Amino acid sequence: MRTEFRLSGSGGQGLLLAGIVLAEAAILEGKNAVQTQSYGPEARGGASKAEVVISGEDIDYPKAMDPDFLLALTAEAYRTYGKLMKKGLIIVDESVPPSEDIIARTARVPILKTAAKDIGKSVVANIVALGVLAGVSGIVEPGTLEAAVKNRVPKGTEELNVAALKKGFELATAFKAKA
Amino acid sequence: MPSAKLMQGNEACTIGALVAGLEFYAGYPITPSTEIAELCSEELPKVGGKFVQMEDEIGSIAAIIGASLTGKKSMTATSGPGFSLMQESLGYASETEVPVVIINVQRMGPSTGMPTSPAQGDVMQARWGTHGDHPVIALAPGNVKECFDLTVRAFNLAEEYRVPVIVLTDEVIGHMREKVLLPDWEDVKVVDRARPTAPGGYRPYEADLDGGVPLMAPFGQGYRWHVTGLFHDETGFPSGKADVADRLLRRLDRKITKNEKVIRDYVTESVEDCEILVVSFGSSAMSALSAVRRARREGVKAGMLRLKTIWPFPDEVLKDLSRNAKAVLVPEMNLGQLAYEVERTVGCRAPVVRIGKVNGDLFRPDEIHDKIMEAAK
Repeated sequence: MRTEFRLSGSGGQGLLLAGIVLAEAAILEGKNAVQTQSYGPEARGGASKAEVVISGEDIDYPKAMDPDFLLALTAEAYRTYGKLMKKGLIIVDESVPPSEDIIARTARVPILKTAAKDIGKSVVANIVALGVLAGVSGIVEPGTLEAAVKNRVPKGTEELNVAALKKGFELATAFKAKA
Repeated sequence: MPSAKLMQGNEACTIGALVAGLEFYAGYPITPSTEIAELCSEELPKVGGKFVQMEDEIGSIAAIIGASLTGKKSMTATSGPGFSLMQESLGYASETEVPVVIINVQRMGPSTGMPTSPAQGDVMQARWGTHGDHPVIALAPGNVKECFDLTVRAFNLAEEYRVPVIVLTDEVIGHMREKVLLPDWEDVKVVDRARPTAPGGYRPYEADLDGGVPLMAPFGQGYRWHVTGLFHDETGFPSGKADVADRLLRRLDRKITKNEKVIRDYVTESVEDCEILVVSFGSSAMSALSAVRRARREGVKAGMLRLKTIWPFPDEVLKDLSRNAKAVLVPEMNLGQLAYEVERTVGCRAPVVRIGKVNGDLFRPDEIHDKIMEAAK
């Protein structure tokens, strides 16, 4: 089965890294995974998007066609990609105002606030979001994702990022309990 | 035993180059090829190689030609704007028969275009970008693993035939990460240029006139020879004689045409009974494959030819495969470049349908699927 993820926000939020970690975790579990990206010429700011396709079978087309999960960390990303969502679930930061023309099932989660307040570092919002995405989708085991996070984050920040990941898992559990 | 890893296309190109024996890299970083320069700057010093960040792409290709003349396997990586700047010296490498590898991670052009968006607009530039008839080989990886395989092959072909070899990827393939299982490095076939055994009596451009490849002596090891972009005789010194020029250019051309069968590389899917033949390469071929598979599931006799060697163009293969085709479709991220060759080769056997996309996005499979269904009607 093919599962598609689209992680969207603005450049510098670390969505690409989150996508890489998710794909790597899937591979650690013996699945196939492809990660692609799309971003503007700016080093920071501007729209940024990472996509991950995970499947037990051969993946021919590497991009998301009809995502099962959309993560949106900015209002712009939510409006742009939320409209395209058909069957999937949108996970959006709770600070982003809802939009009436976006009809897909939506989870509003305090990702940015959790990173800034609970962890004390807004830069780890991407890893909090990754925890939410993995927890809600159940696509990989938490332990595998933790190993992939440790593999890919800058040396010396492993502990901080694992704490962020765990907060993300908690947010996912809370959402699932409500849903 | 090697294990499966998540690897990026640009990373796989770099590892392939190192496995093939890369010793010298000179380049000017440019999106979407920059990761190749970054990785080479980290990895080359570890194996005793050299990395130089140059002032521009004109300097970059000149530097790798110079390094190759000393016997070092050399490479640069760039994208459209840089590839344009390299054209003059690319012709020089062809004329002087200096093996070099150029990785061109294509982005939207012309000009600065869209730096972070994929395109396949350099197909013809790879073949005819420099002036004059000249031998050149261009390979097109269709996934991350092939970035490794074809970069190794690029070095091997460059060494074997003493020509510049271009690895033509694009932003999607270059930046994409996927699960890759690389072979044991010891199992990878690596070719080294043929060298003379002693300096005495060395004639640097002496070779069989029917596509022969001369022995190449490394500078700095006792050999003295002359290298020039002017037409030259077997001694390497310039000659304005008509017969010398004619002999040299025909030999250079024959190095490739004579060996086309060996250089050719492609994959097919469902071509045995196919009526709608899709010809593609690089990242467009991923969308095309998905479309062909869907059409098959829906009962349409669609098949696919994916070229891994673009230049020389595999005329014979396409002629065979299009014999019973009702239509030949050519999806590519340009306005029809590979299509020129396909049209020339297929001739009047079947209509050739150009499917061009030039908005900086990869094809969606349904865009190609629609065209297959239209052609199958």
